[in-house]
Amino acid sequence: MNFDLTDERQMLQDSLRRFLRDKYDTETRNAIVESDEGFSPAIWADLAELGVIGALFAEADGGFGGAGFDIAVVFEELGRAGVVEPLIDTAILGGGLIAALGTDDQREMLDEVIGGQVQLALAHGEPTSRYDLTRVATTATEADGQITLTGRKAVVVNAEAADHLIVSAREAGQVDDAEGISLFMVPRGAAGVSLRGYPMLSGGRAAEVVLEDVRVPSAARLGDAGAAWPALAARIAAAEVALAAEVLGGMETATELTRSYLMTRQQFGRPIGTFQALAFRFADMLTEIEQARSAVINAAGHLEAAPRQRDMQIAAARNLLGRAGRQIAEESIQLHGGIAMTREYELAHIAKRITMADHRFGDTDMQLERFIALSAA
Amino acid sequence: MDLNYTPEEQAFREEVRSFLAAELPDDLTEGARGHEDLNKEQYDRWHGILNARGWLAPNWPREFGGCGWDAVQRHIFEEECAMAGAPRIVPFGLTMLGPVLQKFGSKAQQDHFLPRILSGEDWWCQGYSEPGAGSDLASLKTRAVRDGDHYVVNGQKTWTTLGQYANWIFCLVRTDPDAKQQEGISFLLIDMDTPGIEVRPIILLDGTHEVNEVWFTDVRVPVENLVGEENKGWTYAKYLLTHERTNIAGVGFSLAGLQSVKRMARAEMSGGRPLIENPHFAARLAQVEVDLMAMATTNLRIISRAAVGQAPGVEASMLKIKGTDIRQEINDLARRAAGPYAMPFVSEALGDNDPIGPEGATTTAPAYFNNRKLSIFGGSNEIQRGIIAKVKMQG
Repeated sequence: MNFDLTDERQMLQDSLRRFLRDKYDTETRNAIVESDEGFSPAIWADLAELGVIGALFAEADGGFGGAGFDIAVVFEELGRAGVVEPLIDTAILGGGLIAALGTDDQREMLDEVIGGQVQLALAHGEPTSRYDLTRVATTATEADGQITLTGRKAVVVNAEAADHLIVSAREAGQVDDAEGISLFMVPRGAAGVSLRGYPMLSGGRAAEVVLEDVRVPSAARLGDAGAAWPALAARIAAAEVALAAEVLGGMETATELTRSYLMTRQQFGRPIGTFQALAFRFADMLTEIEQARSAVINAAGHLEAAPRQRDMQIAAARNLLGRAGRQIAEESIQLHGGIAMTREYELAHIAKRITMADHRFGDTDMQLERFIALSAA
Repeated sequence: MDLNYTPEEQAFREEVRSFLAAELPDDLTEGARGHEDLNKEQYDRWHGILNARGWLAPNWPREFGGCGWDAVQRHIFEEECAMAGAPRIVPFGLTMLGPVLQKFGSKAQQDHFLPRILSGEDWWCQGYSEPGAGSDLASLKTRAVRDGDHYVVNGQKTWTTLGQYANWIFCLVRTDPDAKQQEGISFLLIDMDTPGIEVRPIILLDGTHEVNEVWFTDVRVPVENLVGEENKGWTYAKYLLTHERTNIAGVGFSLAGLQSVKRMARAEMSGGRPLIENPHFAARLAQVEVDLMAMATTNLRIISRAAVGQAPGVEASMLKIKGTDIRQEINDLARRAAGPYAMPFVSEALGDNDPIGPEGATTTAPAYFNNRKLSIFGGSNEIQRGIIAKVKMQG
């Protein structure tokens, strides 16, 4: 048993933390959130330069990491700084799926992903699929070496900036079967693709995507027809590790801001942190952070395990992070009082990042149901 | 990062497991499961079995007859013992006093008392709490006045666990009433057979006789039974408390408790289906299991730091809060799983009647009530929150 980071991961953590402290302060980040693009291409290029994207890919795919603990280290730091740039979408999901399923031709794009020149988005969820991750009503029909895609995709994060959408569509089976799902690389500007973009509450942008008789060559398919689910599930699992670690990082920042405020804010002639009613709640936040850190370690440490074991640990971690995250976001705001209600204060953004992460790939309650189902299996 | 045990640690676990399979008597297992009401003979028997194997004192160095195990080995041993339903090791001599004598006791005290703890010749109890000194332990009032070669002790201790079995008690007493609270306290070893000591039982809400009051009236204690220096007892008391906190998370107890709740919930029927499939019950069960999975890892993280010599500080307080919350939640689930058969108030452990209701059902509610103590003793969970806030607020 060893809970220390390897030297390489420690260096990555240190350099990323230093970079974000220097280049990603509250004012800069809030300006990025308010911008039309919703993320900063300059920061993106810097992150690529720093090797942050490469750390999310295995050596065989042109990176130098890609394991659960690499993902956890990177996203904890991103979470601490409230980073809104779409690393989950372009790297973990988009790039990860190309790495897992792509042909040699398709995999050529990975260099550009790792280099920061390409943006990607996973167009998977649909208006009525909620957190049912195998529910795909979008259809793909193949004729004469051409695929025709028809359907609607919901809350596609990073869709507007993406050079390619990775679209899930059904080639066989019932609407919620795991079998029969395929993935296709679709240029964002392809005929029949229309986007209705919008900013998200916690930063970044997403879009409702309509696919109307979109035609792509059969060579745009990632992997075998109807067989994309295991790889898709594995990459969503990686994205969930990333989300969990990001929430942990956000919790650390929220708690540090709260600590500092409790010690400096004076009321009734003394620092408010000396009042037991507040001090006890602060102590509970710290205890929950230790639980959350352990849950992230468990999830990251099992990302490469067999699917059932992997998913049990991830469901457990996300359930715990969902509860602990909500507690820390809410308590941080409460212990601050009015100042935390203002948009420009750092905690406001961090609390939104923590809370809204629970709305991706399954919320606290759904993760518990998933854990129960996997326990009984 | 590596979540796996080393091959050596795995082998050690196997060794512990086969020892327990071969040597743990069935009657002790059943008696220990769910509810602690072993008698002195049973505790002594289990201590004797462990002592014969050389495993009675996991946290003592080898020079004093201990195992010399590191923190990970101790954790594995505790976990396996709990999973096997083994009785706990009675901590007062082995976990609490032993380390204090090893660090602060005289050579004569070490030579005399330590072997007698291992052999079972002496059963120690802890004279810390008083009616007016609970969480605020340093406000204790039991007086010891020097009179020639003796101290004369007057006062009252309370919540003295298993004091009815003890022939010795280690006591915090006030030797300088004029000093600041923590500075006038001494650490005395007192023979329970000395005239002037009276032990009165306190019966707990689950009907058990686990704790006592101990009254001292002009009790004469030889000065050679003073540990360390006069008026330095608070230092030794705090040292003892850091040892009291080993295994504070109780991961093994929770794992065993969860197993037994699941066993019961699979057998119990609710609405024509096993209780474990009831969505509300299943959700509560899963929730506590998720918390336990994380807490077990937190525990290992702290243990692995302790293994390289970093002392657990406020992390021990966090583990105490989380560990006891989880154990109490499991106790509550067990009580609910038992349904109406939680109500009969009988002692199955006595073995004088056929059991009533499903196996283990009638001990769930007493265990639930008994374990309300977990968040009260060893520094109440509120005291722990105060420690965490005080240390961490400084950043």
